[in-house]
Amino acid sequence: MIPSGNILFCGVGGQGILLASEITAFALLECGLDAKKSEVHGMAQRGGSVVAHLRYGKKVYSPLIDPGQADFLVAFETMEAVRYLPFLHKGSKVIVNTHQIAPPAVATGKMVYPTDLLTQLTNRNIAVYPLDGFSIAKAVGEIRTANLVLVGALSTFLPVSEDVFLEVLKKRIPRKLDENIAAFKDGRKITA
Amino acid sequence: MTKVSSKNKQWLSGNEAIARAAWEAGVTVASGYPGTPSTEILENLCTYKDVYTEWAPNEKVALEVGMGASFAGARVLVTMKHVGLNVAADPLFTASYTGVRGGIVIITADDPEMHSSQNEQDNRHYAYAAKLPMLEPSDPAEAREMLKKAFEISEEFDTPVLFRTTTRVAHVKGLVATGKRKKGPVAVAIEKMPAKFVMLPGNARMRRRSIAERMEKLAAFVETFAANRIDKGDKKIGFITGGISYLYVKEAFPKASVLKIATTWPLPFNKIRDFAAQVDEVVIVEELDPFLETHIKAAGIACTGKDKIPAMGELNPFIIKKALGQETGDIFAPVDIPPRPPNMCPGCPHRGLFYNLAKYDVFIAGDIGCYTLGFLPPLSAMDSCVCMGASIGVAHGMDKALGDKAQGKTVAVIGDSTFMHSGITGLVNMVYNKSMSTVIILDNRITAMTGHQANPASGSNIMGEPANAINLTELCRAIGVKHVRTVNPHDIKECKKVLTEEIDRPETSVIISLAPCVLLPEERKRPKIPLTSFVDNCTGCGTCVRLGCPAISWVPLTAAEAKKMGKKEKQKGYARISAEMCNGCGQCLAVCKFKAIGKAEDAK
Repeated sequence: MIPSGNILFCGVGGQGILLASEITAFALLECGLDAKKSEVHGMAQRGGSVVAHLRYGKKVYSPLIDPGQADFLVAFETMEAVRYLPFLHKGSKVIVNTHQIAPPAVATGKMVYPTDLLTQLTNRNIAVYPLDGFSIAKAVGEIRTANLVLVGALSTFLPVSEDVFLEVLKKRIPRKLDENIAAFKDGRKITA
Repeated sequence: MTKVSSKNKQWLSGNEAIARAAWEAGVTVASGYPGTPSTEILENLCTYKDVYTEWAPNEKVALEVGMGASFAGARVLVTMKHVGLNVAADPLFTASYTGVRGGIVIITADDPEMHSSQNEQDNRHYAYAAKLPMLEPSDPAEAREMLKKAFEISEEFDTPVLFRTTTRVAHVKGLVATGKRKKGPVAVAIEKMPAKFVMLPGNARMRRRSIAERMEKLAAFVETFAANRIDKGDKKIGFITGGISYLYVKEAFPKASVLKIATTWPLPFNKIRDFAAQVDEVVIVEELDPFLETHIKAAGIACTGKDKIPAMGELNPFIIKKALGQETGDIFAPVDIPPRPPNMCPGCPHRGLFYNLAKYDVFIAGDIGCYTLGFLPPLSAMDSCVCMGASIGVAHGMDKALGDKAQGKTVAVIGDSTFMHSGITGLVNMVYNKSMSTVIILDNRITAMTGHQANPASGSNIMGEPANAINLTELCRAIGVKHVRTVNPHDIKECKKVLTEEIDRPETSVIISLAPCVLLPEERKRPKIPLTSFVDNCTGCGTCVRLGCPAISWVPLTAAEAKKMGKKEKQKGYARISAEMCNGCGQCLAVCKFKAIGKAEDAK
C-alpha cells in the first residue's frame, strides 16, 4: 500500500511557511512519492493569513486539499490553526506553534485575541501538539529556525525516515545548517 | 515504488515550468509586466542563458515588443496577468491580423477567486473575440509540454497563441520532466512584408480572410491534437473540462469518462460530439463563465454545467461533488475569530503618508499596489480603486463634476511603478484640461506588491544591471505641472504641511512621497534601532495605534489595573511596541505628544 496524505501549512505572511512546506515536499519526493503543492503569492503575503496545501501519494491530481480532508495541519500561529478548522477531520493531527501574532483588529484594540483557541480543536477530538517554536529556536541559537521545529514535529508522522529529512536539509538549507538540524531534531522529540 | 530521479524531473511551479519550456523552445526575446499570478515566469526566464528578458512599463508595450521580435523571426514569450491583457488588447486584436514570423505565445495568468486582483474576468473570451487559438494546461508538467507545442502552432498557423493559466496552475508545484534547448526554426533578420505587417484597411481586409482560413485549419487540427484526449470510464456521466478543473474532476470522479480539452479555442466539436454520443449525460465543469458550455450548446450538443456548478470563484473537488449531489461528509463549521487581512509592513513609508491624508476632507482616488492596503482600518484612507492608473483619471473626473466646489477636494495616490505603467497619460490630461487635483506619487523605488520587480524609475533592470532611472520631478515638470514637491513620508509634520498647501492649490500639483520599500535588500541590511514605548508616560490616547503598524499593539487595562500602574482609572490601556518587529522608522515617535515613545536606550 503506497501511503498518501494531505498536509496543510498555515500562518502569517513572512513566517517561513513556504520553506517549511518545500522541505517537507522534498522529503516525500525523495521516497518516490508523487506530490503537488499549492501556494498563494501576492497581496496575502503582506502580513495576512497564508496557507500552503501539500498532497502526496501514488498519483496526485488536485493540488488543493478539500474541506474535511487535511490529515495534518502545521500552524505557525495559534489563531491560524483554528481558522482552518473546516479543513480538518476527526483523525487530523495539528502541530501548532503557541506563538501569537495580533491581527490588526486586535492590535488596535477593536477585538480581543481569543483565549480558548486550542480547546476549539481538542473539543472536537482533534489531536493537538502545541509547541513553543520561538523558544526552541532561540535555544538552538537561531531565531529563524522555528519553522524547522514545526517540520521536525510533523516529520514523525510521515512515511519518511529521519535520515531522508536530514539529507534534504543538508541539500536545501543554505546557511546555519547545524542550527536548523538542531531545531528539526528538537521538533521531532515533541511528537516522537 | 519508483524513485523519482532528480536528473530528469524537477520540482517546479507552473510559472517555473513555463520559463523552462520557453527556454527549451528556443525563445530569445521575452517581455512582460509583473502581476500575480504571472510574475515568476520572467523572474525565472531571466536566469537562463541566451534569452533577452525585460520588464516593460506595461502589458501593451510588452506585447508590441513581442510583435516586433516575432516580425524579426525570433520566438517570443509575453507574460501578464488577466487584467494586463485588457491593457494589451489593442495590439492583441491586430496581432491576430498580422500573424507572426517567429512563434509568439502570450501568457494570460487569470486569478479566479481574486486572491490578488480587482476582478476575476475570464480571459478565455479573448481567444474567441480576437480569433486566436488558446491552450490551457492543468499542471506544471503539462504547462511545459503544452507551451512548447504552442510555439509550433504559432508558426505553423501564422498566429499568436494565447496560453491561459490560473493561480492553481501558476503557483502549484509538481514534478516536471525537462529537456534540452532547441533553436527556433526561423532565421532572425529584417524581412519587410508590408502586406502582412502594415495593417491599413486594404491590407487588413486581405488579412481578415487569412484569419478565416487559419481558424478553419485550426478547427481541423484540434480534432486530432493528442492533448484533447478522452479518459475512458463509466458512461453514465461524461465530463467535459479543461485547465485546473480537469484535475478536480479526476479527484472527485476518478472512474468517470472525461474529455479533457487542451485547446480552449477553437474547440474540437467533432470530438465533443462523438464523446457526447458515448455517454448518457454530458456535464461541463469549468471555473468562472460558461465558456465551453455556451459554445458547445451553440454547436447543438446537449449538455449541462452552470445550472449546478458555481460561476463565481475557484472550484475544488468538494464543490464539484456537492454540486452533483455526491456525499461529502460533515465538515466542521468555521469558528468566529478576528480576521487577518494583509497589512503594510512595519516601517512602510506609505503608512506615514496615509496617516496624514486620512485627516483631510477629500476624495482619495486610489490605485493598484501595496498602498491599496491604505484602504483598510485604522488608516481607512482610500475611496476608490479601479485599475492600473485609474486614480488620476478618477480624481480629475471628480474634480470636473464638482465644478466650483472642487478646489481642495480631490487627491490621487499612485505608486511609482503604476505611474510608469499608465499614470503618465492621466497626468497629461490633468494639466491639459486644467485640473485642481493633487497627484501623490508614492515612490518606494520598486514594484513592491508583486515581490520587487524593477521599473523604469528604479535605476536597474530585470537582470539587476544599472539602468536609467526616470526623474519623476523633471518628468512631471515637462508635462506642465508647475508645482512638484518631494516629501519624506516618515517626516509626519513636514508631510502634513506640504499636503495642506498642495491640496488647497487651485491647479494641478504633484507630491512625490519618496522613501524606499523597507523590504528592499539594501534596506533590510541597514542597521535598525527599534523604538519602545515608555509605559509610565503613555496616556493611552491611541494616536500611535491608529497608524496601524504591526509592531504596535494595544494592551487593554481594567480600571483596577490602571490604578495599580499609577494611572488614571479611566485610562483604557497603553501601547506596546514589539522590538522584534519594529523597524525604527520613527513615525510613531513623531505622532506621540507625551514623550512615551523613544529608543530603548533612552528609557529612564
